Amino acid sequence: MLKSFKIGGVHPAENKLSASKAIEVLALPKTVFIPVGQHIGAPAEVVVKKGDKLLVGQLIAKTSGFVSANIHSSVSGTVKKVETGPDTSGYQKMGVYIDVEDDLWDEQIDRNNEIKSAITLDSAAILAKIQEAGIVGLGGATFPTHVKLIPPKGMKAEVLLINGVECEPYLTSDHRLMLEHGEELIIGIRLLMKAMNVNRAAIGIENNKPDAISEMIKLAYRHTNISVVPLRVKYPQGGEKQLIKAVTGREVPSGALPISVGAVVTNIATTFAVYEAVQKNKPLFERVVTVTGKSVKNPSNYKVRIGTTISELIEAAGGLPENCGKIINGGPMMGKAFANTEIPVTKGTSGILMMPEKESKRGETMPCIRCSRCVSVCPMGLEPYLLMTLSEKQIWESAENEKIMDCIECGSCSYTCPANRPLLDYIRLGKGKVGALMRSRKP
Amino acid sequence: MTTIILYTVLTLSIIGVLSAIVLYFVAQKFKVYEDPRIDQVETALPGANCGGCGFAGCRAFAEACVNKGELTDLFCPVGGNDCMSGVANILGIEAEKKDPRVAVVRCNGTCEHRPKTNFFDGPVSCAIAASLYSGDTGCQYGCLGCGDCVVACDFDAIYMNQVTGLPEVDDEKCVACGACVKACPKTLIELRKKGPKDRKIYVACRNQDKGGVARKSCAVACIGCSKCEKECKYDAITIANNLAFIDADKCKLCRKCAPVCPTNAIIELNFPPRKVVLTEQPVSAPEKPIEVPVSAEPKSSAI
Repeated sequence: MLKSFKIGGVHPAENKLSASKAIEVLALPKTVFIPVGQHIGAPAEVVVKKGDKLLVGQLIAKTSGFVSANIHSSVSGTVKKVETGPDTSGYQKMGVYIDVEDDLWDEQIDRNNEIKSAITLDSAAILAKIQEAGIVGLGGATFPTHVKLIPPKGMKAEVLLINGVECEPYLTSDHRLMLEHGEELIIGIRLLMKAMNVNRAAIGIENNKPDAISEMIKLAYRHTNISVVPLRVKYPQGGEKQLIKAVTGREVPSGALPISVGAVVTNIATTFAVYEAVQKNKPLFERVVTVTGKSVKNPSNYKVRIGTTISELIEAAGGLPENCGKIINGGPMMGKAFANTEIPVTKGTSGILMMPEKESKRGETMPCIRCSRCVSVCPMGLEPYLLMTLSEKQIWESAENEKIMDCIECGSCSYTCPANRPLLDYIRLGKGKVGALMRSRKP
Repeated sequence: MTTIILYTVLTLSIIGVLSAIVLYFVAQKFKVYEDPRIDQVETALPGANCGGCGFAGCRAFAEACVNKGELTDLFCPVGGNDCMSGVANILGIEAEKKDPRVAVVRCNGTCEHRPKTNFFDGPVSCAIAASLYSGDTGCQYGCLGCGDCVVACDFDAIYMNQVTGLPEVDDEKCVACGACVKACPKTLIELRKKGPKDRKIYVACRNQDKGGVARKSCAVACIGCSKCEKECKYDAITIANNLAFIDADKCKLCRKCAPVCPTNAIIELNFPPRKVVLTEQPVSAPEKPIEVPVSAEPKSSAI
């Protein structure tokens, strides 16, 4: 019996169309727009100005607080302007426009493909490197990694969990990374373990990726303190709290951080970025993005420089299909639709999914029939139908008492609702309001 | 048989009388004194319980009025000055006079002026649409058209114009309670001074992008060119973040700013139609009617 989280969950069609496609390097764009607020927390402060010559990997915006992240240039060229541009949700946000000239890398970066396995740095130095490289959680949440790795006072990390679940349908970027860069990942895991001073790590991988599981088992064999845990195919197995429950059996209490049960979770792509940052001195300026969809000519995994517009990715994958109804940032369950195609790839873009119009359209919303399917699929044990009603009626105090803030926004409720009710939309709205309410209460 | 009935009736009556006596003394003992003026003030209020005053309802507002003993910062927008002077009479104090206000929607991005670039099929709620993305047009500041303001209005004073896709305010019904102002996630709605004969002049735009970007997304966007600022003799217009704002307190409703706006972003409401047929000097022509607002020829109220 495979391990899994216990309550709720759904199993949408996997549609991992690009699983067998090796990671390709996308051609350099002509211009890039790099927003300075690509992470949770304060946007970084721009340190370049119009006309500056940049090298690949050069710092263009530095952290403006502890919960913030450095931003580096992903290309070499000249700064065209420092101005607002669209972020992933379409809102105008500050950023740097760069005209691409050549591909000159910062000399500090080790461009040798050789794998460097010797760990020479100590814990503090590794953390400093991670912070300097501007690494954030690349699974989509974009929380600055260095913040996550330093536990709050009085808490101690006991186990490092590596999230190789990739439970979102369609997405395959982490899967490909495990297959192609397994060795680097193991080094990345060892670096993270050293940085946090933990002596146990586990890689959770969903059972629909047997090749990745065997590859990682093969590589982790030499390290007795790194284990590979195959997990049942169930969405949202890759949710932070679900993964902790599945692998360690511990349950994160309501309102608490995973560190309260001694666990720290990082994503595969983040671990790879940590390896590159620490061993190769390479800041985070490119990432693997899955470009996929049922009617896409050539679903693939691309290594893309941050700031490339998604239209270029779509072109590379064979152009926009005629019947495309929605272009989604991320997977179909948690992703949000893009407002247009001139939006840049940011650190949090794990996939670009083009959904056919027929599938992407929402059904007509009908009254709740109290079938309680949303309750049975909620992995957090909440009552989505109730939370939606409370949010719709703006009864925020009751919503708070019903633990609306525990919602992980996985979308299982909306997915399963036979009446097509927009459960998650309202719950997300309520989370925003209740969160603001709770913050306003703090002195 | 009759005795049973008699005893039952008697017993119940005695219990009743005893309880009444106990209740009487308990009520005397735990009596809470309440200022009788609270009731009086409450009856003088409109009783709409809209929350426009910032209190939980008319009763709460009445309590606040009586307990505070003065009426600074306390104002019922629904009842207006008449109602407040009534309240002041009851309390024997002075009421503050305030200009009546009305809501205006600061967006003129109709389907024609601001073409749609995508289609939103989520729940019909501005708050949700705004939290998901920048909107279904190129302008991230403009009206989303889902009608949260219409839902928020307790007085049926705001409605969606199906042709333009924008909300419109009914000046007659609007009581300036501010519910729509709170409901709008784009902060498009402003409570503005009603002006003589309901005349208003305001910038119907919130776009803070630079001119070129703003113009590209909407034909009637304010581009922050500051022509109106230069035209205004009363320093009523300020430009901040590429956006003009007309201060209703300083504005004398001279109407000079509207014709100079290159994008027609300044809207005049309830004015008589312009008489001047532009010849050669459009700027210097309306020199006299500066004092017009108070004594203008009334009759028509077309825009």
